[in-house]
Amino acid sequence: MMPSQHVSGDDVPEVRDVDITPSGSLPPQKIAQIQQMAETGIYEIRGAGGKRKVPSFDDLSFLTASISRYPLEGYRERCDTTTVLGTRHAENPMELAIPITIAGMSFGALSATAKESLGRAASFMGTSTTTGDGGMTEEERQASDKLVYQCLPSRYGFNPHDLRRADAIEVVVGQGAKPGGGGMLLGQKVSERVAAMRTLPAGIDQRSASRHPDWTGPDDLTIKIHELREATSWKVPIYVKVGATRVANDVKLACASGADVIVVDGMVGGTAATQEVFMEHAGIPTLAAVRQAADALREIDMDDQVQLVISGGIRSGADIAKALALGADAVSIGMGALVALGCNSAKIMLDGAEMDVSDDYARLGTKAGYCHHMHTGRCPVGIATQDPALEKRLSSEVGARRVTNYLKALVMELTTLARACGKSNVHNLEPEDLVALTIEAAAMARVPLAGTSWVPGQERG
Amino acid sequence: MAALATSSTQELGPITGTSVILDCEELSTREINDALRGLEAGSHVTIVHPSGRHNLAVGLFEHLDIVIDGHAGYFIGGLGAGPDITVNGFVGWSVGENLMSGTVRVRGGASACAGASSHGGTVIVHGSASSRAGISLKGGTVAVGGDVGHMSGFMAQAGTMLIGGDAGNALGDSLYEAVIYVAGEIASLGSDARIEDLTQDDVDTVRRLVELTGFDHISPEDVKRVASAKQLYNFDALKGQEY
Ligand code: SF4
Repeated sequence: MMPSQHVSGDDVPEVRDVDITPSGSLPPQKIAQIQQMAETGIYEIRGAGGKRKVPSFDDLSFLTASISRYPLEGYRERCDTTTVLGTRHAENPMELAIPITIAGMSFGALSATAKESLGRAASFMGTSTTTGDGGMTEEERQASDKLVYQCLPSRYGFNPHDLRRADAIEVVVGQGAKPGGGGMLLGQKVSERVAAMRTLPAGIDQRSASRHPDWTGPDDLTIKIHELREATSWKVPIYVKVGATRVANDVKLACASGADVIVVDGMVGGTAATQEVFMEHAGIPTLAAVRQAADALREIDMDDQVQLVISGGIRSGADIAKALALGADAVSIGMGALVALGCNSAKIMLDGAEMDVSDDYARLGTKAGYCHHMHTGRCPVGIATQDPALEKRLSSEVGARRVTNYLKALVMELTTLARACGKSNVHNLEPEDLVALTIEAAAMARVPLAGTSWVPGQERG
Repeated sequence: MAALATSSTQELGPITGTSVILDCEELSTREINDALRGLEAGSHVTIVHPSGRHNLAVGLFEHLDIVIDGHAGYFIGGLGAGPDITVNGFVGWSVGENLMSGTVRVRGGASACAGASSHGGTVIVHGSASSRAGISLKGGTVAVGGDVGHMSGFMAQAGTMLIGGDAGNALGDSLYEAVIYVAGEIASLGSDARIEDLTQDDVDTVRRLVELTGFDHISPEDVKRVASAKQLYNFDALKGQEY
């Protein structure tokens, strides 16, 4: 026998303080992940977005008015938020009251009530909402004054009748949370209705293609966009959405292909389900993407013809103001709107009474504030589910009211900052209004590091 | 033809006649599609001098009888729900893409992605079709008299493909519920596609398609039936990298 099994009496080592310094390369979370992979042979698939910290709009700050610039009066003076998207070729551009739109999220990933709530809130605020994989639901069309119809690689539920009922079309090339990755909807969410809309058997783990079935490169995309225009009599704008990777190239190619609007979705964007490896290790942060996209449009003299919409991790009026200052014409929000609906909340309102759903989070192995379990279909607050009982936990009245409140507050924050920068129109915010708090952010946003005139990568003037 | 309208859209006016000629040498694609959209159901139209023009006859909902007299480009008859279109020539990519109903018949060959994502209706190619014919099929029928290129029937969800000649590599990769009938040789099957026994229903289906298409070189009893083995319907970790 080994001597260590005979440790006794004077040989017993002293109990010492436990050393809990985590390993640099193998912190407890990574160890747990490896052990999970070893046990199951499965990589992690989950919802929401990336969890690691990347440079973000939080790393910028506004240089609001001072002696050299004067501000507008906070609550009194008008600060215009009107936003027009799709002025290049469309007969009927998208005229929005605010520069905040609701991003594409599928019926399937979300419940019909969640989609309806988003549509109602967007309509109330004079802005647009967007369909998603799986097509357009009647509830959503009815609830949304301005509805963007996505043309995705999967083409689930895509049809020319809905195409002609849309107020704009968005050709989706990629998504920030999983650029190049296609989509997935795990079997537990593929209900009979979802399956029928997608022409698939119920209950299967459904893969959404990563490539479009009828075009591949930019030259084909030009003809595809032309087809969509012909099919809609050149009436509505055509957006092209890309996940933020090679942003400058993609923006220029989308312009060359005839897009009216380009949507760039950064890596911090959310999703209903994808491999974790995608969320954490593909794409570039929204902060970097917005400036690259805006510069690319300027380089080819298209910044006054093609509008830029930025999405991925937009949560506050400050984020929106910063995105606009860096060159976006509008932003799109997904996860922020879901949180407003009640995502990650411990309580819900059911039949007029408050109900604590903490136990349901616990059953998913999480708790309110940390949930990323869209992929399971067991959403405790009834948003990301197809389960009829869970769906009832969200009423479209409550949902629409909450998202409307959120959008209103975002607009107030946005205009507060714009007025303080002396702007009577939020679209007049400019990079010169910003400084960066970190060197990384300064390099990505191409604005000076706070307190200096230094922009990394640029010659000092 | 019973009546001959002029080739100018201005002069087309409210067309009630039964026959119209539209000339691609005089009209833009937009003018042609607008003119087609203005026609009443049952009209007969001939589009002349197409010279490889893309996006002809797209997004039409009425039942129209359209002949495109020559070679045409991409997306011919795409996003359609109703018309019967015949192309007396070859076509480019994605003929009849996302078709909902009606027919697109190509007397020549077709380039890539013939009938992509079609939900209904029939795309008939008398010659051969290039790669990815019937990709993402969602209930439509794609019938090719000759050969098809690689990755044909990729991720086809529902509907039927009939291939009168040979099929290239990776036929029916990641198939769902669509069924592919092949009269000739199959270079290789894609992931999760397998050859299954032919039933009487299959023979009847193929016979109907042979009658519809006129592909009488196909013997309904002698085709191979390719369908999904359904092993990819639910993610299986241990299969991991095989697909
Ligand atoms: S609460 Fe619902 S919507 Fe929010 S992360 Fe969890 S599952 Fe997704």
